[in-house]
Amino acid sequence: MSAILETPPSREFNRRSFLKVTALAGGGLMLGSYFNLGMSVAEAAPGGGGQRLNPNAFIKIAPNGAVTIISKNPEIGQGIMTSLPMLIAEELDVPWSSVTVEQGDLNTIYGGQNAGGSTAIPQNFMPMRQLGATGRALLVQAAAQQWGVDPSVCTTKDGWVYDAPSGKKRLSYGELATAAAALPLPPADSVKLKAQKELKILGTRVSGVDNPKVVTGKPLFGIDVKVPGMVYANYTKCPTFGGTPVSANLDEIKKMPGVKDAFILPAAPGMNAGVAIVADSTWRMISAVGKLTVQWDLGPNVSQSSDDFAKQAAALGADMSSVTYPEGAKVVEGVYEFPYLSHSTLESMNTTALYKDGALELWVPTQSPGGAQRSASDVAKAAGVTASKVSVHIMRSGGGFGRRGITDYAAEATAIALKMEGTPVKLMWMREQDMQQDFYRPGGWHFMKGAVGTDGKILGWNDHFVGVTGSSFRSGEFPIVTVKSSTVTSGVPTGPWRAPGDNANYWATQSFLDELAAAANRDPLQVRLELLGAGNIRNYSNTRMMGVLQLAADKAGWGKQLPRGQGQGISFAFSHQGYVAVVADVTVSQDGNLKVNKLTAAVDVGPIVNLSGAEAQVQGAMTDGLGAALFLGVTVEKGGIKESNFDEYPLIRLPDAPATEVHFVPGDYSVAPTGLGEPALPPTAGAVCNAVYAAIGKRIRTLPISKTDLKWS
Amino acid sequence: MSTFNISVNGQPKTVDVEADTPLLWVLRDSLEMVGTKYGCGIGMCGACTVHIDGKAQRSCQTPISKVGASKVTTIEGLAKDGKLTALQQAWCDLDVPQCGYCQAGQLMSATALLADKPKPTDAEIDAQMSGNLCRCATYARIRAAIHTAAGAK
Repeated sequence: MSAILETPPSREFNRRSFLKVTALAGGGLMLGSYFNLGMSVAEAAPGGGGQRLNPNAFIKIAPNGAVTIISKNPEIGQGIMTSLPMLIAEELDVPWSSVTVEQGDLNTIYGGQNAGGSTAIPQNFMPMRQLGATGRALLVQAAAQQWGVDPSVCTTKDGWVYDAPSGKKRLSYGELATAAAALPLPPADSVKLKAQKELKILGTRVSGVDNPKVVTGKPLFGIDVKVPGMVYANYTKCPTFGGTPVSANLDEIKKMPGVKDAFILPAAPGMNAGVAIVADSTWRMISAVGKLTVQWDLGPNVSQSSDDFAKQAAALGADMSSVTYPEGAKVVEGVYEFPYLSHSTLESMNTTALYKDGALELWVPTQSPGGAQRSASDVAKAAGVTASKVSVHIMRSGGGFGRRGITDYAAEATAIALKMEGTPVKLMWMREQDMQQDFYRPGGWHFMKGAVGTDGKILGWNDHFVGVTGSSFRSGEFPIVTVKSSTVTSGVPTGPWRAPGDNANYWATQSFLDELAAAANRDPLQVRLELLGAGNIRNYSNTRMMGVLQLAADKAGWGKQLPRGQGQGISFAFSHQGYVAVVADVTVSQDGNLKVNKLTAAVDVGPIVNLSGAEAQVQGAMTDGLGAALFLGVTVEKGGIKESNFDEYPLIRLPDAPATEVHFVPGDYSVAPTGLGEPALPPTAGAVCNAVYAAIGKRIRTLPISKTDLKWS
Repeated sequence: MSTFNISVNGQPKTVDVEADTPLLWVLRDSLEMVGTKYGCGIGMCGACTVHIDGKAQRSCQTPISKVGASKVTTIEGLAKDGKLTALQQAWCDLDVPQCGYCQAGQLMSATALLADKPKPTDAEIDAQMSGNLCRCATYARIRAAIHTAAGAK
């Protein structure tokens, strides 16, 4: 096979309209098929907010009207490859059915290209619409010139420009594209966006643009890349974090069938030391890894363990005993504990790298293509390869969840490729390596103590948060809470995991809030509305949060009387600027089997781009948070991670996935929304645990829930 | 290394590999059919699901030496002459995939289910599909798409 991936079928371009070929690195695409040199790359240079993107880089219109839109951000399952082009197509005013989307490579003409922090939609909502509207304005201008009329009397519809005065004339975008591309960009403030009532694509359900390829098994992912002459590499690192290889049975490995080379690499910027094995097929590579023996210097962290961290945390949190409340107050106290988590993207870490003629070419599934470029150039610095000589093809990621923003795997592939000059190298991590060489969601403890008065009001709430190295906790949500923070030193590497800082901390705070409500014998919804209604909430709008709480409660039928063994729980979270409330409906059988029947979410993030994609993100985030809360945790032993595969790390499966209902608060399309990849995750665990308490009176203070016996009689 | 003659999607294929090479890697590397995915290597995730004589099997647990004359069907072999099956169409119509990595395996398991039980109950869907992990948790839509395709037949 000579092609790297199946290339899209070529459009039937009129050869005469190919006047110029762009000189842009990575091949920028062209409005009307040639690039007007009057529009400089500087116009699209990356800057802060206010970067003006050039429609020529993003839109190609063929003479037959077929529209190709470049999606600049990595697609990791968040649906951005569909939603960003939707924004462009809406304002360009073309039918969605005429649009084909292509993935852009890393290129400065596209501006920012990261996936993470639920930031892509908020940052690109207006710029992508502006870009589409600018393209439309150019096409209108071209038509107006041809007709000799003022552009202001022209209208557009579905890929055509119409001459309003005569009412008879129209020109297709395909006919106009070449002329349009020759025009200077109109002043930015002269470009008008559609009014909300004119929107045809935004807010509708649009199926993911690559779905037909996904369901027919086309090559899309980094792990699917095949380049002529490619070899298959693996990289084994010390199972104890911070350890390094001293020696290995390299001679024995090199004699195995298909093995091309085996060598130890030292630590380098962005990567740890390890043992590389390179073979001529994946199975031969895996077989060789199976025979590899390494003598490790285990390093300084070898005595660390989860048990030891817990003991240290308990010692730190013991000072809660000195916290007192007024006479007569009802005191509630408990320790909330949650583990480290692995990301476990279903596609393991991988990168294909080629070092040739003093340059590097990478094919990377990543959330940070710029980060991959930096990782590669850092490793290749001594070889004289600067970032400008590192090209990055952005592959589809089989999941990200925060893991793929850390591009250690790209650094490793580069280091191996540098030793195999001229030969493309595909580095693939095995599942065991992926699970044991992660940048984990940190574990932590909340030593909680609080009190309610005889009038049912919260008198006080103390939270001693004990984290581990790398933890974060956005405290100070409510003025009533006094927070202290401590840290247990740990050598376990940590990194962002879907809704970092919120994904477990909200479970602890929303559960303890319920403990206070129970102590006051009050409805958890009313307690929340009262707490929010008092105002003075740091960083967010109390009225928007009260709105989603009430909406979720209404839709879930909150307040119904349920028999013992059935319960509803409610939680909210402000995460990545989004407001989400979740109601969980659960059943607990007498032998302790927990079934989450339904999760009802109310979400306020402003206007929705792709209704199908947005709903999917909320469903997925809730179920992700549920699965983690129910079943997941990794154990630190001897300074490394014990669990190595899905038999020990039981991701949630279809039978345990609940029914979900998602309700969006309607938004105003003249204001950019906030993102949705993460915000629906944090409220889920609290809602479920609060529902369990409502059902059977048992309080869950340890995650995963599977560690608590839920039998009742 | 030995020579193996197998049938994949109705086509005869010949490969020269070690006898213990899992069918998964024969498909992905030797035959350059990358629709079938690697997720765990221990048969726990279902991303590698293919059909062997119509039965859903984990190709990472199937050494090439055990395939013999059995008919192997992969995700690439479901659509005939470019026409998506009812399940594939339902997957698109209901916008099931998020990252998409697990979905070939999901479709292979679902296809085997509907071949055996044309109108499956939720419990039957649970039983058949529980071996296929979806890290993005698209499970609610997978279930809905199976019911849709079952209704369309």
